[in-house]
Amino acid sequence: MTDASAGLHIKSISCTRGYRDLFTGLDFKLCAGQVLRVEGKNGSGKTSLLRIMAGLAQPLQGEVLWQGRKIHHAESDYLQNLLFLGHRAAIKYELTPLENLCMAKSLHGSKTDNGIEEALYQVGLYGFEDVPCGQLSAGQKRRVALAQLFLTRASCWILDEPYTSLDVAAVGLLEDVFANHVKNGGLLVITSHQPVTLQAGEQHRLILPSTQLEVLS
Amino acid sequence: MSLSASTPSSFAAFISLIKRDLMLSYRHRNELLNPLLFFVIVVTLFPLGVSPEKTLLQTMAPGVIWVAALLAAMLSLDTLFKSDYEDGTLEQMMLSPHSNALLVLAKIISHWLVTGVPIILLAPLLGLFMFMPAEGIGTLMLTLLLGTPILSLVGAIGMALTLGLNRGGMLLSLLVLPLYIPVLIFSANAVDASMAGLEIKGQLYFLGALLVLSMTLAPLAAATALKISVE
Repeated sequence: MTDASAGLHIKSISCTRGYRDLFTGLDFKLCAGQVLRVEGKNGSGKTSLLRIMAGLAQPLQGEVLWQGRKIHHAESDYLQNLLFLGHRAAIKYELTPLENLCMAKSLHGSKTDNGIEEALYQVGLYGFEDVPCGQLSAGQKRRVALAQLFLTRASCWILDEPYTSLDVAAVGLLEDVFANHVKNGGLLVITSHQPVTLQAGEQHRLILPSTQLEVLS
Repeated sequence: MSLSASTPSSFAAFISLIKRDLMLSYRHRNELLNPLLFFVIVVTLFPLGVSPEKTLLQTMAPGVIWVAALLAAMLSLDTLFKSDYEDGTLEQMMLSPHSNALLVLAKIISHWLVTGVPIILLAPLLGLFMFMPAEGIGTLMLTLLLGTPILSLVGAIGMALTLGLNRGGMLLSLLVLPLYIPVLIFSANAVDASMAGLEIKGQLYFLGALLVLSMTLAPLAAATALKISVE
């Protein structure tokens, strides 16, 4: 593997929504230890970009490469290395946090090694592991989804609005997790409307619909 | 190489998805009752509406029970992917490193266990109700055992295709019904033939072939359709 092909390469991507162009000719590379913050107004295409990067949506033009291979290539190990958390948290209200995380763990099986109770303890849901998620508050539901961050060994995290409905303490906790992830050679893509104080790693910022990547630090 | 390495955990994911879906169905058990109730009500209304005469009911029984089972199976399709689609679980399934078709098959199997199996178990009761002889009831259960999995498998393709649409219900029946018709014809005919004391191997072989065909192809087709729907 050459250095030139390492990481995630967004190759001249264009995306439309209905008849509106969201962005055209977006082209950049992200390597280990880098953070990309995607910003922009509501409807500027942040979620669309993230879904394209995760391989859930097809761009109008262009392609996404992981370690030099197309992400849908049969031999690509992108899915083993990807953690995507979208707006919809993939939490079943009828199941308890423990059962929800068990399912997430077996879906992404080979990636994980930590214990689920440990992860729930980390996100402050100790004592709630047997309560159906439907009875938890919005922030607590979000924490159940974010507990996956403690379970995963994926190196590429793509998180859409991870801070939604979290309290100050949880935001601080998340930033510690992010800093740790980036320090260990992880790659992080997030969207957020909140001013983020995350300082770790090499920070990039993309403000849609501009296609220029700003280097922050 | 990567396939053999991921096989055990793929199987674990397959099993745990079945378990999770069964647990969800258990916590929503009154929703499951609707298609079953429909099945029972349709069949029990026939003697009241048509005629309580024994020979007439006997001749109608295979067709009536099978039509009711088919419609009940179609009614129950709605629950197959809908909630997973709405809460984002389907996205996570698509992003799982395991084969999507395998995960879809797990969902179809658990769906069949909670909708198809109760229909098979209720059928003898309704058969008695329609004055069916014992050999007819045996064949009825056998055809349902072969036929209801086909209904779930083929229905999953239709459901996956219409998932993103607001009013997919009408389209779903248009897509799925033509594919259900061979199952209906051969099954009802097999039950009829067995009640007349005729050989039914041919029909059963045909149903078996349809089952194998849909078992191998339907998960692949449904997984591809889901990928498009999630987008």
